[in-house]
Amino acid sequence: MKKKMNDSGKSKLVLTILTAVCVVLIILSFTTDAVSGPLHYVTGVITPIQSGMNAIGTWISDKGEYLFHTTDLRSENAGLQKKVDELTAENSDLLQNQDEYERLKDLLDLKDEYSNYPTIAARIIAKDSGNWFNVFTINKGSKDGIQEDMNVIADGGLVGIVTSVGSNWATVRSIIDDYSNVSAEISSTSDNCIIAGNLKLIDEGKISLVKLTDADNKVTVGDKVVTSEISNRFLPGILIGYVSEIGMDSNNLTKSGSITPVVDFRHLHEVLVITQLKNTDEAQKDIQSQAQSETEMILETETGKQTESSKQAGGEQ
Amino acid sequence: MKRRVIMIILILLTFVLQTTLMQTFAIASVSPNLPIILTVSFALMRGKREGMFVGAFFGILMDIFYGPVLGFHMLLFTYVGYFNGFCYRIFYDDDIKMPVLLIAFSDLVYDLVVYLFQFFFRGRISLFFYLRRIIIPEVIYTALITLVVYRLLLALNHKLEKAEQRSVGSFV
Repeated sequence: MKKKMNDSGKSKLVLTILTAVCVVLIILSFTTDAVSGPLHYVTGVITPIQSGMNAIGTWISDKGEYLFHTTDLRSENAGLQKKVDELTAENSDLLQNQDEYERLKDLLDLKDEYSNYPTIAARIIAKDSGNWFNVFTINKGSKDGIQEDMNVIADGGLVGIVTSVGSNWATVRSIIDDYSNVSAEISSTSDNCIIAGNLKLIDEGKISLVKLTDADNKVTVGDKVVTSEISNRFLPGILIGYVSEIGMDSNNLTKSGSITPVVDFRHLHEVLVITQLKNTDEAQKDIQSQAQSETEMILETETGKQTESSKQAGGEQ
Repeated sequence: MKRRVIMIILILLTFVLQTTLMQTFAIASVSPNLPIILTVSFALMRGKREGMFVGAFFGILMDIFYGPVLGFHMLLFTYVGYFNGFCYRIFYDDDIKMPVLLIAFSDLVYDLVVYLFQFFFRGRISLFFYLRRIIIPEVIYTALITLVVYRLLLALNHKLEKAEQRSVGSFV
């Protein structure tokens, strides 16, 4: 009997210790980044196994599809061949136009940054363990130059953002995830809005669009939605999708609705990580230095001993 | 010692399976919860302490890889292991009804807590949608998978226990 009591007491002690550890971890993860960093490196062992296991899964589902769709593929192939011929003709036409376009673009000095972003290709090797979120692991990490907050694209559209990085892996939170919020704008009217992931709309293949300020009522279904200049994590001008539904909010000031993303999230295997980070440090410094000079100015006025001219000099500094 | 090594390998393997194959073969984009199955099973077969350790290990893996908050899943899984450990004494190996029920119930509670903290508190209040879309399918799927997985785990546990009994010295 005594031993049994002892045993249950020990269990309680272990429970208390584990609970304390968890609470400390939760508090730390809300306040600092100190714990998760080292842990991300320790767990690098798992990634190669995930990678292999995922390859097996993909292979099996691919083989299944192959067996079922051979006849479809044959007719599709004939159709595609015809299309290739058409497109080749069209392509040579377009190539001629390309030169003209290039010249005009130089003239206008429109730098197409989107196509000039440096990228790294990565493969999706694992997905979130639960059913609640849409987070996935890719097979590139800090060794390949991946950093937190880098943007991820595929099919020419935005996929998500890197949330944590290990030595040979990184996790990406996709924009359809319930936690995701992307500051975006309607490309034609430059009206700002927020693209918020919503679990409820995932099955319809849509993402919700909220807080759209469209005072002139110009935004319509089918308009292009791109990432906005004012976002501090997403690079500007990346295509997200097209407006599929829009309506006035009950406050009569903003609109909300949904968009259809260009990326097919169900069949995503490879992604591109843009290795350029949105640099807001400079702007931050500017704001800070401005704030500082303003405070100095106020202090000087408050001492009240300076003349009008010296105050101006203080402001200019 | 041998048990510990085998347990660690088993947990890592399960985590890898959960994040890869299970996601590929998800039905209606819902996949079963293998970590819950393992945590509850070992709590039933081996008691509170082992249940807690298995749970805590799974939890920390999830938090490191996918969790927005480090420690959240660890805490949740530790308690799942602990409370299921109470049934250790009143549990018979060959009865599969009890593990299936306990695993289904634990999965339900786990999902409800995740919903409460990560969805409800952000203003996603339509519980019934989430029940229909994720929680209930996941509980059913997990319970069905348990019928197979539990027997495998039981066989593994028997083997380990036999090996431990043979080497008397290491038997605790």
